[in-house]
Amino acid sequence: MPPIFLADYNGYMIQLSAEEWQAVRLSLDVASRSVLVSLLPAIGIAWLLTRGRFPGRFLLDALVHLPLVVPPVVVGWALLLLFGVRGPIGAPLMEWFGIRLVFTTGGAALATAVMSFPLIVRAVRLGLEQVDPGLEAAASTLGARPVDRFLTVTLPLMSPGILAGAVTAFAAGLGEFGAVITFASNIPGETQTLPLAIYAATQTPGGEPVAARLALISFALALAGLMLAELIARRMHRLLGRF
Amino acid sequence: MLEVALRHGFRGFALDMAFTAAPEGVTALFGPSGCGKSTVLNAVAGLLRPQEGRILLDGEKLLDTARGLMLPPERRRCGLVFQDARLFPHMSVAGNLRYGLRRAPAGAAGPGFEEVLDLLGIAPLLDRRPARLSGGERQRVALGRALLMRPRLLLMDEPLAALDAARRAEILPFLARLREAARLPILYVTHALDEVDALADRLVLMEAGRVLAAGSVEELTARTDLPLAARRDAGVVIPCTIAAQDAARGLTRFDFAGGSLLAPLNPEPVGTRLRLRLRARDVSVALTPPEGISMQNVLPAVLRSITPTGSPHEVFLHLAIGETALLARVTRDAMERLGLTPGLGLWAMVKSVTFDHARGGA
Repeated sequence: MPPIFLADYNGYMIQLSAEEWQAVRLSLDVASRSVLVSLLPAIGIAWLLTRGRFPGRFLLDALVHLPLVVPPVVVGWALLLLFGVRGPIGAPLMEWFGIRLVFTTGGAALATAVMSFPLIVRAVRLGLEQVDPGLEAAASTLGARPVDRFLTVTLPLMSPGILAGAVTAFAAGLGEFGAVITFASNIPGETQTLPLAIYAATQTPGGEPVAARLALISFALALAGLMLAELIARRMHRLLGRF
Repeated sequence: MLEVALRHGFRGFALDMAFTAAPEGVTALFGPSGCGKSTVLNAVAGLLRPQEGRILLDGEKLLDTARGLMLPPERRRCGLVFQDARLFPHMSVAGNLRYGLRRAPAGAAGPGFEEVLDLLGIAPLLDRRPARLSGGERQRVALGRALLMRPRLLLMDEPLAALDAARRAEILPFLARLREAARLPILYVTHALDEVDALADRLVLMEAGRVLAAGSVEELTARTDLPLAARRDAGVVIPCTIAAQDAARGLTRFDFAGGSLLAPLNPEPVGTRLRLRLRARDVSVALTPPEGISMQNVLPAVLRSITPTGSPHEVFLHLAIGETALLARVTRDAMERLGLTPGLGLWAMVKSVTFDHARGGA
């Protein structure tokens, strides 16, 4: 692994060790996997919550938002109960597919996905609320069936919301701590993402320089993510014909 | 042939109406805002499920609540032009136009892409996004999109209501051309009388969720028992043909069944069919042929009947000029002074005529 150099605030180069670089890559990996996993369900749920009229809508809404208000440790523990090798979901996963989520990168991604799910749903919902149902009605009179209408009219028009949700969830996912450490533990190279590595460094005597370097990188990543999102959003609004 | 019977109630408003629309030509649903005409249009398009109703298009059932049948809008093939155009903002004009065309059944007949571009003058707009179109351009593209989906019926929901007077004047001729080019029944919702005059063949007059009267425009504008008669511009609409142009005198002669009229020069060629609205307040009568007056048009007429107006001091005179009916609004005092009684022969003087847009080629 070649050493990675970054400029620090004094103009000096920061050199990352192999372990530190690993934490950065793992964070990116976990955050992107969590977004991939939650995007489609989030679009479905946002659709149900915005357009659906069914009993229990309120309950579903509350359930989706639960991770925002429940302590992350509790979410991690709930996942442990459900997806543990003896849990009601974890056991069949292990038995039938040989998939173990606890203490794995996949588990870290799952915990991150659950935590950032409300963020995506909220953003997608905002995007969907921007779509004029009148346009869907127009598409239906032009001969488009429901799935066709959704794919050709609704989805493209709500895409800024989807994108905003994905980027926010990705940026937040880079920093997910409580649920990940509870469900997936703090294993270097497997589940030790940036915040977990920073936490580990602060717990080690003389680990401050490592913590500072990693903190700087989290900051840079978050900033880059937000700027990228803004850039794409502008381009998208132009593509969608809004000025 | 479109047959509609609907019953629908919501928030203190009850719709209970039935009408039929001819297999060709424009049927206008006319009435004040909130009379339920847009509700009817949405029910025909399939965007609204009425509590009770039956809608048949060329004998095929689109809706029959008694049998629990409701075809979704995408299977009705009714092209709908909305008041707010509703173009897809993320597609170019070309993308919008092709949206319906791509989804039309393979065998469906209708005007070609180029033909529609020509008809509506939208070829230069193809690459533009809807956000960069003017209100009038948007409405023309919406018309094109509805035409290209190969509809069996064209529905228009106040397509000009959102436009200012200049834009309306820009679109009306296109609508008149479309009316001739599209061999389709057109159901046209409006509360603007000039659109009715320019476009409609048949009129379904609505008020508070009910049909007050239905019939040809000529027939309904000659009646004085309808809200139409209370308007300032009340008067008979008569079909006529440009018979001669006299550029030297600056006059055009219009022939109608039973006589002819002179009016300030109209640029359309001889043979053009037009409709003229002769406002009742612009028609006056005399017992003997008057002389030395500025009015060009003095026509022999027979007084058929006298009916009241909204004002206690004025009456409507129903005149017959040949087979054409004419309305005149005169004071009750004039009626008594001249001793007007039904059956009397009179001279009708027409001060001015309001033109409508050209209808049809020759």
